[in-house]
Amino acid sequence: MNTASAQAAIRFGLGNIPGQVADADPRGALKAQLAGPDPAQAAGAFDGLAAGVDAVDAIRADAMERHALMVANTPLQGNFVSQAHALYYADVVAQMGWASTTNASFRERLVWFWTNHFTVSILQGETASLVGTMIREAIRPHVNGNFTDMVLAVERHPAMLRYLANENSIGPDSVAGIKTARGLNENLGRECMELHTVGLKAGYTQADVTNMAKILTGWSVAPSDGGGDATGFKYKPNTHEPGPQIVLGRSFDGGEQAGIDALTFLSRYPTTYQLLAEKLVTHFVADTPPPKAVTHIANVLRDTGGDLGAASAALVDIPEAWKPLTKLKTPLEYMVSAVRAAPPADGQPPVDYIGTLNQLGQPLWGAPLPNGWPDQAASWDGSGAIMARINWAFTYAGRFSDGGVQPSDIAGVALGGLLRPATAQAVASAGSRREAVTMLFTAPEFQRR
Amino acid sequence: MILTRRTTLLGLTALGFSSRVKIAFASAPTDQRFVVVLLRGALDGLSAVVPYGDANLASLRPALVPPAVGQSGGMYDLGGFYGLNPSLPGVYAMYQAGEALPIHAVAGPYRTRSHFEAQDLLQLGTADEAGINSGWLNRVLAEVPAQNGPVPKGLAVGIGTPLILEGPVRVGGYAADHFATPSPDLYARIAALNAADPLTGPAIATGLKAQTFDKSIMSDDALAMPGDLPKNAGGFPALAQQVGQLLAAPAGPRIAAFQLEGWDTHGNQINGLKGPLTGLDAGLTALKTALGPVWGKTMVVVMTEFGRTAAMNGTKGTDHGTATVAFVLGGNVAGGKVRATWPGLGGSQLFENRDLAPTMDIRAVAKGALAAHLGLGDAALARVFPGSKDAAPLSGLVRTA
Repeated sequence: MNTASAQAAIRFGLGNIPGQVADADPRGALKAQLAGPDPAQAAGAFDGLAAGVDAVDAIRADAMERHALMVANTPLQGNFVSQAHALYYADVVAQMGWASTTNASFRERLVWFWTNHFTVSILQGETASLVGTMIREAIRPHVNGNFTDMVLAVERHPAMLRYLANENSIGPDSVAGIKTARGLNENLGRECMELHTVGLKAGYTQADVTNMAKILTGWSVAPSDGGGDATGFKYKPNTHEPGPQIVLGRSFDGGEQAGIDALTFLSRYPTTYQLLAEKLVTHFVADTPPPKAVTHIANVLRDTGGDLGAASAALVDIPEAWKPLTKLKTPLEYMVSAVRAAPPADGQPPVDYIGTLNQLGQPLWGAPLPNGWPDQAASWDGSGAIMARINWAFTYAGRFSDGGVQPSDIAGVALGGLLRPATAQAVASAGSRREAVTMLFTAPEFQRR
Repeated sequence: MILTRRTTLLGLTALGFSSRVKIAFASAPTDQRFVVVLLRGALDGLSAVVPYGDANLASLRPALVPPAVGQSGGMYDLGGFYGLNPSLPGVYAMYQAGEALPIHAVAGPYRTRSHFEAQDLLQLGTADEAGINSGWLNRVLAEVPAQNGPVPKGLAVGIGTPLILEGPVRVGGYAADHFATPSPDLYARIAALNAADPLTGPAIATGLKAQTFDKSIMSDDALAMPGDLPKNAGGFPALAQQVGQLLAAPAGPRIAAFQLEGWDTHGNQINGLKGPLTGLDAGLTALKTALGPVWGKTMVVVMTEFGRTAAMNGTKGTDHGTATVAFVLGGNVAGGKVRATWPGLGGSQLFENRDLAPTMDIRAVAKGALAAHLGLGDAALARVFPGSKDAAPLSGLVRTA
């Protein structure tokens, strides 16, 4: 029982936290996490954080402030304080803090999975302050809901509209297009098909991509005093390319509704369910996903019309999920699972999530490209990357050099019944607490999920 | 290779892990150095090497053409038809020295406009993914003719091994972190606990070996602090200088692959390209400088997954296209000219009425480079690039004595 409970927490979650008791029914306990609203939001853990439109306002205020300083010939350094950066930082602290302490970590893993599926990277388009708001406004409310709702929430969120440059895409035959001779930007039109929904296997053409981009013209961003809604979204009809447009054989009339209809159509396309099922099973079960399991999850999605809660519950019942763990944790999962098993003691400085992840090779919300972070061991098992984990483990273990929690207790929380005798022995015979904790966090079974 | 303490001393902390620049390298039994620079995100070839002599250019992309040759901040003239982007002064200096060869209207053997599919195929070196499970540069490692007896292969370094170097020859990862480091004894116990593990076992063994490798070929005074490198250049210049020093070392690696991000210029391209191009230019210059006399034994090939639309899009940028430019650089490269069968930019000359049409297969460039620089024969080239019979090696890439 202890083994199954540990496996549930590690394969589907982010590992146990101290005091978490073994579940008698690990599968039932995992599925129970799928009920109800996002637990962090229900608990008020994110109360007081900015809405999307606040971030849009802050980005604009920053630009105006920078401009004013430059006009006044005042150096930015020492004089410019970014409002947007403060919002970004508050979101990182709140969301990473929640991930490091929640006892519903399967639910949190799903949030991360969908955040990566709909990657917005802070590397581009001044989106740093917007990513956290998108996770809270467009991802968290839907991880146990319907995929179509998530797609619609994400694609109209300023974070995505800015990152994939739809904000200023203008229909060539729209009112603004005729006046200004400006035009389309295909970026979001292409990636919402290739990465977010139907995938390349749908066999769409360049014309489909261009038409999808035309359909999404007008989906834009505005600050609070410019007509932006609570997330900062604004539909701008004078930039919208008149319809109808054909995508994958389906015709869509013009207007904002055309975008909603087209994204709904794409979100329910057969290859979409196949793509999502492959990614889910690859993420939660194995680098080479068992084909039967993929088919099963795709069927659940199809039969429920894209119910992500049902698909997530079905993942728990995949027989291969209860075989020994083979997946390599990503740097983010690795760091957070260690922090969960051995939280900083009272009075210790907080964990530097951003700096640590930069050095472990997975900058937070900073994937290089819109396809997000890879999900297979081959991308993370380079010798330098693994050596960096060892060095971080040794650094973090320094917090436990003196007194307090026993390394063997940390091992029990971290691995439970999955702790190998060799590792238990290495922990027990280490010359210091710090070395003992280092041995635990560098053991091969702790690298797995 | 773990550069921990020394890297920290050099102020290169986390450079190698900057997610915009990645580097991997490997040793090989040759005295020649071969470097591949992958520009991920699709470099706009018509901006890097501008065909200003084509009458259709200005009307296709009025806001994307840099100032004319001779104007302030203008292009560098490359022989009367092409102009080099003004953000590439270092490349122009190499061009003038006959060491830089732009090759235009180049494309891979695939016609996808998906970044992710195309980047995979560019690194696999094939037209599709069927039956291929190694990157072409890894296959090169297996083909390099031994010169002075066997040199251990795969004593190598890289951050999150790029696909181009994945394959049977194990290539490890490069980490530049400023974490504390365990004692040799604790490292040894960690390695022992992981020895039987298929993932972490080999990674740690390679990592520890690389530390020794690092110590054996580098001394503190061999590695100078990067000097007047531009800030904000994505980390490439400083990393290129480091890599140049490593490649120059007698027992150092021989093959390196960089990956640079930041080329997906869908909007405001004329300004958006300045940073990435400046960084690329400074990095290539730093690499040459660090290599010193070994530059004469070095060939650098710069490539990207595809080009961008010939016409400007609605946000003063460009969308995903087809043919683009590649660069071959090095002390012995037959440069100082542009090689291309120019397809033209007229409506009917564009590929699918939209993109610069390809007239050269990128595999022909790579095969020509491997043949001329590493001495790979036809059979070896066919193994490195299976199914590339139609892409004959491009000849004349190096100067003959």
